[in-house]
Amino acid sequence: MNTPSDDTKKRQERNLTLFGVLVVLFVFVGMAQSWNVSLAILNLCLISAIMTLGVNIQWGYAGIVNFGVMGFAALGGLAGVLVSMPPVAASWQAGGPELLLGGAIIMITIVLAVFAASRTQHLGRWRFWIIVGVSLTGYFLLRMLVDPAIEAIESINPAKAGHIGGLGLPILLSWVVGGIFAAGAAYVIGKASLGLRSDYLAIATLGISEIVVYVLKNEDWLARGVKNVNGLPRPVPYEVDLQVTAWVAELATTVGTDVNELSSIIVKLCYAGLFIIVLAILLWLFETALRSPWGRMMRAIRDNEVAANAMGKHVTAKHLQVFVLGSAVIGVAGAMLTTLDGQFTPHSYLPLRFTFLIWIMVIVGGSGNNFGSVLGGFIIWFFWVESEPLGLWLMDVITMPLDASNPLKMHLLASAAHMRLMTMGLLMLLMLRFAPQGLIPEIKR
Amino acid sequence: MTDILNAFVLLANFVLIPGLAYGSQLALGALGVTMVYSVLRFSNFAHGELMSFGAMFCVLITWGLQSAGISIAPLPTALLALPAAILLTIALALITDKLVFSYYRHQRSETVTYLIVSVGVMFFIGGLIRFIIGPDDRVFADGERFLLKARTFKDATGLSEGLAIKTSQGVTIMLAFMVVAALFWFLNRTKTGKSMRAYSDNEDLALLSGINPERVVMITWMITGALAALAGTLYGLDKSYKPFTYLSLLLPIFASAIVGGVGSPVGAIAGGYVIAFSELLVTFAYKKVISYLTFEQVVPEGLVQLLSTDYKIAVSFVILLIVLLIKPTGLFSGKTI
Repeated sequence: MNTPSDDTKKRQERNLTLFGVLVVLFVFVGMAQSWNVSLAILNLCLISAIMTLGVNIQWGYAGIVNFGVMGFAALGGLAGVLVSMPPVAASWQAGGPELLLGGAIIMITIVLAVFAASRTQHLGRWRFWIIVGVSLTGYFLLRMLVDPAIEAIESINPAKAGHIGGLGLPILLSWVVGGIFAAGAAYVIGKASLGLRSDYLAIATLGISEIVVYVLKNEDWLARGVKNVNGLPRPVPYEVDLQVTAWVAELATTVGTDVNELSSIIVKLCYAGLFIIVLAILLWLFETALRSPWGRMMRAIRDNEVAANAMGKHVTAKHLQVFVLGSAVIGVAGAMLTTLDGQFTPHSYLPLRFTFLIWIMVIVGGSGNNFGSVLGGFIIWFFWVESEPLGLWLMDVITMPLDASNPLKMHLLASAAHMRLMTMGLLMLLMLRFAPQGLIPEIKR
Repeated sequence: MTDILNAFVLLANFVLIPGLAYGSQLALGALGVTMVYSVLRFSNFAHGELMSFGAMFCVLITWGLQSAGISIAPLPTALLALPAAILLTIALALITDKLVFSYYRHQRSETVTYLIVSVGVMFFIGGLIRFIIGPDDRVFADGERFLLKARTFKDATGLSEGLAIKTSQGVTIMLAFMVVAALFWFLNRTKTGKSMRAYSDNEDLALLSGINPERVVMITWMITGALAALAGTLYGLDKSYKPFTYLSLLLPIFASAIVGGVGSPVGAIAGGYVIAFSELLVTFAYKKVISYLTFEQVVPEGLVQLLSTDYKIAVSFVILLIVLLIKPTGLFSGKTI
């Protein structure tokens, strides 16, 4: 007969073992490949874990299907550019006022359209045409006014600038701004679409995230579109500076490694430290929230909306709240990713990598459990990166008896890199079938 | 008069013909999504990859036929490979149902669970495809490239605008028409089709009337597989085969199904054309048309384009959102199969 405390103890031991295995994996990669590779994976694991936390609070706590992770991450990334890059004065001179005026026109159009929608119910079919008329007039006014300004901005030094630049503030600030961007977008999106059925919500959010990325790809004046923004300022020292620093050189001789390698390890450790601080704060906040009456209410809504509604809980408002919160966290992670990369590349935002992979992390780790999500983020990203060498090795072993020029062997070796999609799909399906609660199941309170 | 004709031919060449072809491809894809939705009651995120799978086998078999020297010129060899590709896709659909979806059906899982499971299937099939054929662009269209060349049309009519119809476009429109006709005949005239409609209408009542649910599900997957392979191949034939594009095709297809009203085959077809034509109409540059129809003085300076062509696919997402927000039941709501 197990007492509750026995159960808790067992569970804790299990969780510790799981995280212990992770540590061993990272140490193994550090030894076998290099510490640089291991730390690079670790940093992205940390960012993935934060994104997973964001999805988990939406799906695990409240049962909202958000397939728009990519869009929120991209908005966070945009914040990285708009906060940290130095402003391009010439662009502001060329088209700044027009852009601001354009923004005002968008606002006025939206306000007018909403006003028209709310005040014209008695007009019947005219209502639709009034709304369409208002929106189209606004759109054409916007295009007439802003098109020449955009052209002017994009023609200013297009090889290096051609956009409005940023505010020139420290990039760490963008982590907050990214969260605010994503939260703002999530508020609008949630307000409009959270009433939809779960599968429609999934499709709608997926569509919105595609639109966000499309805009980022094509509006060059904003963040150079597919021309990318490179060389974002860093919150941590540069490798080149470290290489000429005295203590680094000393340390390198004591440890017995190359100065270049050591300096890039130090940089990665700095990033890891920053990321761990963010992750720890979020974990603490989310765990507290989960244990609070708020978390209890969320679970009640998730498990039975009708009953929760009958108990006087405003289901739609709470859904919106948790949607905005989770999306903000994803936005923060998006800004962190741009910071780590040091560049903003809109074409790298793919739904497979930024939406569905994060979902696999949540499912595998354990939806409804924050530590499970973090574990899922670590494990899935680790194998997403390492499955390529692993797959290659596996294929090598399997095709050992075959001749090196055998076409089958050559094909298998060449395709080994694509193993990871299949592995991830299989892993997800197996988990859903045999352990739907994930590696660290939700704690029943 | 010639000016009006010229304007019309210009629109036909850049909007009507491509729109009909692309719309047919979307409609076939959306029909598959709708079939799964109305019988199995979930939105299948793996449908794009199912289409890709069919198209991939069509590419592989076409290569085999080409190297064996078999061809049905002027038609593309892919048509000869299509039946085998359809059979293989049906087999895949049935296997995934047996191994994955049937379990959740017996558990009577929620829609959301199916949705997430189908994402897993999407990953797996996507990986399988890249494993077999690789991620690169494959062109497998052969035979005569054009049914009607722009030059021939100009010479025959004496108009200054040409009208070109690609073989792939002609084949797409013809095949889509035939398949849709056959599908409607099946659903409305045969006993099996009627039992499927009954099952999708009211599951419990259908079970009471002695309809075998396993059989209905099996036939649904067979039809879905066939439609997916056909749609995927036609799309690949028209553009080119690239595994990556089928995931981005998923959203326009969902958009088509939802715009028409999920669960309604007529809606799926209408939705496909609505999406295709709005994508083309919104991104078409009207300057030349206006210059044909009016006097030189009034022709505006710009291209007279509502949105740049970069936003082509985004148009379908916007329509999807508008429909979801204003009328989520779609244009043909309530008329399920």
